[in-house]
Formats: sequence, structure tokens, C-alpha cells
Amino acid sequence: MLTYEQLAEAYRRLLKIRLFEEQAVIMVKNGEVAGAVHPSIGQEAAVVGTCLAVRDDDYMLGTHRSHGHPIGKGAALGPLFAELLGKSTGVCRGKGGSMHLADFSVGSLGESSIVASGLPIAAGAALSAKLRGTDQVCIAFFGDGASNEGAFHEAVNLSSIWKLPVIWVCENNGYAITTSAKDTIPVERIAQRAAAYGIPGVTVDGQDVSVVYDAVNEAVGRARRGDGPSLVELLTYRYLEHAEGMPIETVYRTENEIDSWRKRDPLTLLEATMKSDGFDNAMLTTIRAEIEQEVNSAVDFARASAFPESAEAYSDLYVGEKETVTS
Amino acid sequence: MTTIKVTRHADGEKGLDGEPRSRPKRVTYLEAIAAAQRQEMRRDPSVFIMGLDIEANVFGTTGGFLQEFGAERVRNVPLSEAGFTGAAAGAAMTGLRPIVDFNISSFMYVAMDQLISQVAKARYVFGGQASLPVVYRSAMFYHGSNAAQHSDRPYPMFMNVPGLKVIAPSGPLEAKGLLTAAIRDDNPVLCFEDATLWGSRTEVPQGDVVLPLGTAAVLRPGNDATVVAIAGSVPLSVAAAEQLAADGISVEVIDPRTLVPLDRGTILDSVAKTGRLVVVDPAHRTCGAAAEIAACVVEDGFDSLQAGIARVTTPDTHPPFSPTLEASLYPTVERIVAAVRHVVSVGSQSADA
Repeated sequence: MLTYEQLAEAYRRLLKIRLFEEQAVIMVKNGEVAGAVHPSIGQEAAVVGTCLAVRDDDYMLGTHRSHGHPIGKGAALGPLFAELLGKSTGVCRGKGGSMHLADFSVGSLGESSIVASGLPIAAGAALSAKLRGTDQVCIAFFGDGASNEGAFHEAVNLSSIWKLPVIWVCENNGYAITTSAKDTIPVERIAQRAAAYGIPGVTVDGQDVSVVYDAVNEAVGRARRGDGPSLVELLTYRYLEHAEGMPIETVYRTENEIDSWRKRDPLTLLEATMKSDGFDNAMLTTIRAEIEQEVNSAVDFARASAFPESAEAYSDLYVGEKETVTS
Repeated sequence: MTTIKVTRHADGEKGLDGEPRSRPKRVTYLEAIAAAQRQEMRRDPSVFIMGLDIEANVFGTTGGFLQEFGAERVRNVPLSEAGFTGAAAGAAMTGLRPIVDFNISSFMYVAMDQLISQVAKARYVFGGQASLPVVYRSAMFYHGSNAAQHSDRPYPMFMNVPGLKVIAPSGPLEAKGLLTAAIRDDNPVLCFEDATLWGSRTEVPQGDVVLPLGTAAVLRPGNDATVVAIAGSVPLSVAAAEQLAADGISVEVIDPRTLVPLDRGTILDSVAKTGRLVVVDPAHRTCGAAAEIAACVVEDGFDSLQAGIARVTTPDTHPPFSPTLEASLYPTVERIVAAVRHVVSVGSQSADA
């Protein structure tokens, strides 16, 4: 169960992601953000409920649907926006962009755009914690599509045989772009795949941040105690297209389906919970105004920042020597 | 020029491997690899090793490791190349210094996405937040009747990927010195060990031996032609040089030792002196390391060249199983001698050298 303070924090983070993503979509449409972004709109509770269960010094690896994860983990918004704009003040100095957001200061070890590619890395971060004798854990986000990749199976298997403190968190939104999970996954629930590796697997409602928190928190506790990895499948949904900046002509989802998920919007659900737990409208409005201000300042910061110097294209390849790079 | 940095310790006569440091020891290539790994694991508790069958020391480079360092730091891996390659990278990003033993270079292909999308790119795409002090070792298991799927020499592919360092030790001294430097380097290093050299035995100083990455060695000075040789081709080239010396042809033999970063300066200086270049490379001809070296010299050393550059490589075909067929494909002393004679004969006063 989330405490009173945690509910407020959950609301802050959910709003941060929602407002950040709405702004990011606008910035792609108006050309400020080059390339494409993969918004987490609709999936915020899955991310925030998970991140509330871990500490700043715990690790996290994420996916191409990349903005929600570092925000949920506590990364500052200004450098994230700056990264989307390709500015030198970006959290990755403009070198990675939307799909490679990373903020090592809050344990966000990077988002990857090759599906499932970050999962072995997550196993490694967990292995490192275990070898160093700390009680750190690692959250590894992945989608329904990723659960078919070889790297997923290898990473989960490794985590099981070595009893690694990693929590495999599946944001199952039912689609890998236009391909339905029903057509590519032969079992009813991705959590069933956990049994093949001898680890606990559970499926929960990914739209309710308290439910997500409870499931992930239990898995985190298990990992911290040295009892090894778990798989937590969160049933969730993205309202928008796979990517803003990548138009898809074919209709592969019905309006009915999208509408039915909108009725279970994570923000609306949390607001209802908070009101029944003693928060009044004024409090919620105050929090919202605070977050809107934070988002606006972050956007201003990003817009005012400079683009990188051309020599930056050659930096951060190697620790130490610049002369190793030829042009 | 080559420098061997031998670090003296204040603690007395014995090297880190327990042997008296007063004299160098004749060791094999595999023993030298084991010595480097053992030394670094003793020196630095953040170094650990993962690999196929290393607990049982099947490949001869982890003898006694499990007993000395324990199961946490010496671990067998399941047949999950992508899994353990990425796990090593993740551990390297979070404070440890893993060594990964792929056993055979051909197995690296199963982990290509991890090596390229993650290991090579993490530091760059995350804007310098990540550093990956990890070493991936493998043996190029060619010339041993193991057929095409086990006989790859993949270093050229990885030379084409920014963000990695690549080393190719040509003997026991190089194996110990380069591998030590690689383990101490804060960047990802791919170490390609030449299985044709496994049994080679030379004197290697005991204790710390560090051959800095990115520095080529002039193994044999000469004036008439430069031969740049890679990995197992190095001793072949030295033998070829000795043969040619008997005919009055003076050959300078260079071992780049590190392919990325490549010591272009030493190679260009040599060609400026000799005017003629032969590059010997056991990888396939097209886009091999020899191609890159030749291109560099044409671009930056054209005025030095008195003849076209010759490459002695493995042709663009797969290693066949049949031993007689396979042997004919790789560089040999005879092919190197012929190539040197050819470049020396071009535009020289005596037509027949």
C-alpha cells in the first residue's frame, strides 16, 4: 500500500511524465525535436509504481519508450528536454537523444532502442551489486515484444541460475508497433514465462499505481534479501501511436479498445484514490500547478541552451585518449 | 618503438606469481595469458572472469583460479553469449572489471548486438556517463582442421566499430603485456588470441609486464622493405626476413600489436625509410586489417612509396575442412618472401632481387 506521502509523490511523478510527454509530442510536431519519440502516455502508473519501490542507488535499464523511466526514477526534467532537443546541456550531452536517455546520478543506466538489448546489461548491474556485497537491485523494463527476443531469455535464465537481484518488469501494452502480442506469444500471460526459468512471475493491473507498487515492492524485497529475481507483468496500454514522428497508415486497433483503456487512465484512477484517502481538490490542483511550472521551466532551459560544438561528435568515445579517434 | 614497462614492487625478490623476479622465464602463449589474468586478479579485487568452461581450465588460461579466487570471481557461463556479454558490460558500468572468455572467436557472433549496440556505444550515447572497463578474449582457432564455423579471424569487423579497442598478441610477451594493459584500461578491449601461437614459447619477464596499447613494435630493423604483420603472421614474417637477409634484402618487421588504436606513426616512419610495404594478415583479404593499413599508407605516405603495396592475406573463401586444402590458404613464409621480392623488384636498379 502506498502511504499518504507516497501517494502525493506518485501523483507528482505521474503528472511529470504525462505533461512531459504531451510537451514532447508538441515539440516533435513543430520540428523542435528531430527524429521520433515513443510516448509513455497511458503507461505512467506502470513506470511510477515500479520506481517508487526502489532507491536512487538502485539501477534501472529501459526501452525505446524511454522518457517515462528516467522521469519516474527521479531524473531532472531540464536536461531530459535538452537531450530531446540535442543540446549540449542534455543529460547525454546531445549524443543520445530520446531513445538513449540515461541519468546515472539516479541509477538510470540507459534506455536502449534495440528491443531487449538492455536486458543482459540489467543482469550485469545486478551481478555487480551481488559481487560488491551491496543490497542494490536492478529494475529491467521491457515490453511484450521484447519477451520474444533471445536476449530476454538469456538474461532471465542467467538471473535465475546466479540468483541475481533484478526485477524483470514487463510493460505489456499488447502491441509491438502493429503486431498484437496475441499473435506472437503462445501463452496467455507473459508472467508464465517466469516458470520456465524457475522464478516467481505475477500479472497485475498496470494502470493502478498502488497495485503496481505492491507487486514490484514485493519483488524488490525478495531481491534485496538475496532470494533472487522475479518477473512482474503489468497490463497497460499506450493511447498514442507507437511513435510520434513515424506515421502509420494501417488501422490495427479499434477506437473501442483505445476508449476502454482511456476509461482506466492512471491519473484519473490515482486522483480518485487520493480523494478517498483525504486529499482534496485544492491539494491536487496545487501539485498540478507545481508540476506544470517545473515542466515549463525545463522547456525554457532546454530552449535557451546551446547546441554542442562540432568537436563534441568525437568526445566520449573512449576514456582518456582523444587521439584514438580518426576523422 | 617498443617499450616494456616492468614495474618494480617494494616487497622484494618475488614477482606477483610467486617466482623469483631475478630472471625472465620461458613460458608459452597460454601460460602468459594465465599469468596476466592471475596477476591482475591478485592485484585488483574488482577483476573477475566469466567464460565457457573456465572452472575446469579447459583452455589452459585459468589453471588454479577457482581454488585461489573462488566461485564468485571465476564463473562458468551457460551457452548464452548475448546474456553473458551484456552482463559483463553491465557489471563494468557499475564498478567492476570483468574479463570474458569466449573461447573461440567465432562464438562472438552470437553476441554481436551486445558488442556493438551496447559495449561499443554505451559511453558515447550516454554522453560519457558510462565507462566499461571490460576485456573480451577469444582464440582464433584457425589452421587446425576445425572447419569454417570455428576458424574465423573477426578482428577486421570490430576495427570498423568505433568505441572498441582491439589487440592481437603475436607471442607470449605480447600476450602477457597487452592483456595486462587491456585489463587496466578503462575502455572495452577485444583480445584476439591466435591459436597457431598457443604453443609458442619465449622468455617473458616475471612480475608486471605492461605493453601500452596503441604502440607498435619494430621487431627487426631494415632498409629495403617494411613488412607489417598481424598476430600469427608475425613469427612467419620474422622468419621470412631472416631468409631474405641471406640474399642481401634487409626487411624491417613491424608488429602493430594493437589494431585499434593503430600506431600509424611507426608504420609511416618505417615506409618513409624503406619505400616499400608488404602487409601480412591472416584475416580475409577484403576489408581486412591489411586493407586499412595499406589505405593509411597510400593516404599519408604516398610520397614515400617507391612501389605499390602488396598484401599477403587469406583469400576470400572459407577455411575448408580438408587439411591439405586449408593449409594452402593462410599466409606462409614462402608467400611473404615472394611478396617482398616483388615489391623490392619494382623500380629498383637490379631487376632480380
